[in-house]
Amino acid sequence: MPDFLDMYRRMVLIRAFEETLSDLFGKGVLGGTSHFCIGQEACAVGVIDAARPTDWLVSNHRGHGHLLARGLDTAKVMGELMGKIIGYCRGRGGSQHLCAMDKCFLGTNGITGGGIPIATGAAFALKYQKTDSIAIAFFGDGASNQGTFHESLNIASLWKLPVLFVCENNLYGMSNPTAKSCASGTIAPRAAAYAMPGAAHDGFDVQAVYDAAAQAIARIRQGRGPELLELMTYRFCGHSKNDPRVYRTREEEEEMRQRDCIAVLEQKLPALGYDQETITQTALSARQEVAQAAETALAAPTGGLADATQGVFA
Amino acid sequence: MPELYYSKAVNEALDEELARDPAVVLIGEDIGPYGGAFGVTRELFAKYGPERIWETPISENSFTGLAVGAAMLGVRPVVEIMFMDFIALALDQLLNSAGKLHYMYGGQVNVPMVLRTPGGAKGGYGPSHSQMLSNLLVGIPGLKIVAPSTAAQAKGLLKSAIRDPNPVIVIENKRLYPQKGEVPSGEFTLPLDRAVVASPGTDLSLFCYSAMTPVCVAVKNAFLQTGVNLEVVDLVSLQPLDTETLFASLRKTGRAVIVEEACLTGGVGAELSALFAEHCLDALDAPIMRVAAKDVPIPSSLALEKLVLPQPEDIIAAVKQNLAY
Repeated sequence: MPDFLDMYRRMVLIRAFEETLSDLFGKGVLGGTSHFCIGQEACAVGVIDAARPTDWLVSNHRGHGHLLARGLDTAKVMGELMGKIIGYCRGRGGSQHLCAMDKCFLGTNGITGGGIPIATGAAFALKYQKTDSIAIAFFGDGASNQGTFHESLNIASLWKLPVLFVCENNLYGMSNPTAKSCASGTIAPRAAAYAMPGAAHDGFDVQAVYDAAAQAIARIRQGRGPELLELMTYRFCGHSKNDPRVYRTREEEEEMRQRDCIAVLEQKLPALGYDQETITQTALSARQEVAQAAETALAAPTGGLADATQGVFA
Repeated sequence: MPELYYSKAVNEALDEELARDPAVVLIGEDIGPYGGAFGVTRELFAKYGPERIWETPISENSFTGLAVGAAMLGVRPVVEIMFMDFIALALDQLLNSAGKLHYMYGGQVNVPMVLRTPGGAKGGYGPSHSQMLSNLLVGIPGLKIVAPSTAAQAKGLLKSAIRDPNPVIVIENKRLYPQKGEVPSGEFTLPLDRAVVASPGTDLSLFCYSAMTPVCVAVKNAFLQTGVNLEVVDLVSLQPLDTETLFASLRKTGRAVIVEEACLTGGVGAELSALFAEHCLDALDAPIMRVAAKDVPIPSSLALEKLVLPQPEDIIAAVKQNLAY
């Protein structure tokens, strides 16, 4: 039985984190770019809660949700995004290259589809070392058109590797709709080509995500080989911080907002035994955690010359 | 000391490291019972089986990325890319993952993987199976790159590469595979960052690597009859360059001819020229000269291939021109 209140807490945490980042970009505090996952929070939380803390995660350019769902330190994630020394990677990695080995988080990845073979390799290592851990690769609908997706699913299936491939289909690869990029329309049918189970699920419903992931992970852990999970979702924000969203209508966005995963769960919580006060306080504490993290990160120093120029080799 | 083919020396290194460390696995195309396109992994599958020797589908980028991911969790993969030209298909994972992860993840992970691949032209393989692409790799931070020129180096460098905590590219050479040389039996490692003076001399330094090293030694021997004593310096490590050894040779002879099988433009020779100009200008008695492949793809026709690749007569001409300066 998942801890729905804590799921709710982290979904609000992720939302507040992304909104705070957006605000900080507006103020010119953050450099570079960032890809927010506002609207997709249930995918990260549902899948990661269905896994064990010792299962390894590989994420992508839109990875803040995965990081916070796994329980990384919010201030250290924020610090990394601000390029501060307190960040997980001392400011070298930033948003798209953030790793936390102590949390079995093998990294976000700035190359679309680049993390898929790495997760497959992690699964190789876990099987080779005879552990019962699995690897989970998060990627988007856009990445599923990369060769690495097809090659890696093929190899993982041939070698029966313990890896769950999670496609968060938010309907657009940057501006390109899946109808124009994916010949089969959706991603799940591609699993059949690699002789593995693959099904699509409602990515707005954290319980549905959790249940689907839990069942897949149980089979994978039994040694039955990899699976593909497609989660139908939507990002309410643009692709990155500067995106006027000319490729979709405001009506479509409003329609999707009616299905907001946080609102969906919030409505379910009373029936699960949580009173309104608890729910309100939980959301409030998550938002306070983000505010505190931003304050801590803003106050932290950046690294020096050695952080910039040393440490290329082990 | 036993004489081994260069390819057998590679095989011996793989065999010994597979036996020594259970974390070592081989990953690549047709490296199982077939023994690899050049027979380098012959008999290893029979000895170690599919648990250690992983034959892949033809998916260079993904099996290289798989090696990266496995290495991050403590496996020590040795990847074979069948022809160096095919490294283009794996370049994303080399450039954006293998070379960057240790740095960009703030030192949290190591990527102890090896990628072996034969470069160089060998009698008409043609444009997609012949290039020496060292110039493509030396500009990627985070990769160590070695190019063994002898059977002994092939063994000693590969064993060190497998034990190194960083990604190491070992550039082998198709023309060298059938060359024989003395190779120490059993435990034998060589440093990954040292050049060697292949043949000491006094009048001019020939800087070279991979299959151009034996060619330069032959040129040196030809010049000896004319009373000219060339020094042949084998770079061995292309990244990093062993500037200490290289500068010492140039300072001794005052003359540099750099010989490589890669294209002339933007490669190891160009980098070395720049370093010599920056650090040893006062020691130079003549302009730095380079002999390299022409800046064209490698043609299939044997007659044309010969016109594109550096030949002994090209080196001889450069040496004469340099000495006459």
